[in-house]
Amino acid sequence: MRVLPVGADALLVEVASDDEAQALHAELLRRRAEGRLPAGEIVPAARTVLLDGLPEPARLAAELTALDLPPVPPRATETVEIPVRYDGPDLADVAAHWGVPAREVARVHAGAEFRVAFCGFAPGFGYLTGLPSRYDVPRRPTPRTAVPAGSVALAGPYTGVYPRSSPGGWQLIGTTDLVLWDHTRVPAALLSPGTRVRFVPVTEPEPEPAA
Amino acid sequence: MTDRALAVVRAGALTTVQDRGRPGHAHLGVPRSGALDGPAAALANRLAGNAPDAAVLETTLDGCSVRPRSAVTVAVTGAPCPVTVDGRPVAWGAPVRVRAGSVLDVGAAVRGVRAYVAVSGGVAVEPVLGSRSTDLLSGLGPAPLTDGAVLPLGTPRAVHAPVDVAPQPAPPAELVLRVTPGPRDDWFTPDAVRLLTSRTYHVSPASNRIGLRTTGPALERARNDELPSEGMVLGAVQVPPDGTPVVFLADHPTTGGYPVIAVVHPTDLPAAAQSRPGTPLRFTPASRR
Repeated sequence: MRVLPVGADALLVEVASDDEAQALHAELLRRRAEGRLPAGEIVPAARTVLLDGLPEPARLAAELTALDLPPVPPRATETVEIPVRYDGPDLADVAAHWGVPAREVARVHAGAEFRVAFCGFAPGFGYLTGLPSRYDVPRRPTPRTAVPAGSVALAGPYTGVYPRSSPGGWQLIGTTDLVLWDHTRVPAALLSPGTRVRFVPVTEPEPEPAA
Repeated sequence: MTDRALAVVRAGALTTVQDRGRPGHAHLGVPRSGALDGPAAALANRLAGNAPDAAVLETTLDGCSVRPRSAVTVAVTGAPCPVTVDGRPVAWGAPVRVRAGSVLDVGAAVRGVRAYVAVSGGVAVEPVLGSRSTDLLSGLGPAPLTDGAVLPLGTPRAVHAPVDVAPQPAPPAELVLRVTPGPRDDWFTPDAVRLLTSRTYHVSPASNRIGLRTTGPALERARNDELPSEGMVLGAVQVPPDGTPVVFLADHPTTGGYPVIAVVHPTDLPAAAQSRPGTPLRFTPASRR
């Protein structure tokens, strides 16, 4: 574990793996909840946790360097289920990268257990891990100028769901009607770091017969 | 409809509602946002008799015009500019009484970039995650002002401002930003780190509320692998692939994958927000705490 100073009142704690970042994040949240870590922001990411708004960063840095990380405690919260229509425009490309038939993408993706490693890019956008690394895919060579809200997408080791329409370069494999972000709701974000997630395939209902 | 409202007569190039922002949600991908020149916004609120967390208007270069529907006290701070009420000059940087239906015009900035317009009672749009700030990166908060829009105002406080005028720093002819190296200075050549703190940069016209962009010597990386996304702080000096540093301001993304070579001391950021394109910029080493 490396502890890097960031300006006058922040620290970036760097670890070797996703799992360690997850364990570190859980431990830091626990310390803050117990009143032992006065941090304004605790921001996990791929291999780091950023601590911002620290009154005594130097003292905390020394303390963290000596930290022995306990294993990740099992999370008490339930798993968020995201219903998905696996109908994305990049389904065939993803299938080709994976070396499976297109219909297999849904089965593989919906069969995995995901966890929100961190959030970023847009409010409520989670970077979900859970697929084995052989399913990593590159970004699109040319990003789309508008990816529709609710798009379920892959890039690198991550799955994400676009909370609102925005430009994006991820591979689109499906769509959900679930509202990922609603600032009038409590909590506004359906996915926050640590949340466990499953994708549940849904089939398009038959169109209503005309009245 | 309530009388406590402000009609927008001329929105200006970019006028947004700002308060002290919404820190504490970075882990959800929510930028902190808030007034770029916090001290100027706080002073405007004091002069208008508002609480420090009241929402004000932040203009960009060419000001704005508003028509209050009831009598209000206003104060304009930040970038120095001509201020008029119904065409008659009134004081900048001091409380001004504006009658119902009169037009307050905040003119083009003479120096600096952003003027702050506080109105007694504060702009009372619906808060989002505890803040009324417009966040131009994520789209949270109210949309930028448009001609003809109407903004609700809060109830003024009974006690009036204990200040009449207050000194304000002039926007700098040369911007000096104190930086602490790291966290990713080791991703750059030793030469790059030396260049950053020894050469003159200039403020780029591509600057906005997300970041102060620069022109100047490109900073060379010592390693070219991809940095996994990591948390970003206000004032981070991020170096994109073209090598010219970007200083993150209030609407900055919460995570990023370009290495941060140094971090600007937060008290230097208001001056950065008031520096026009073309302003010479020097990064100088700050003493580490």
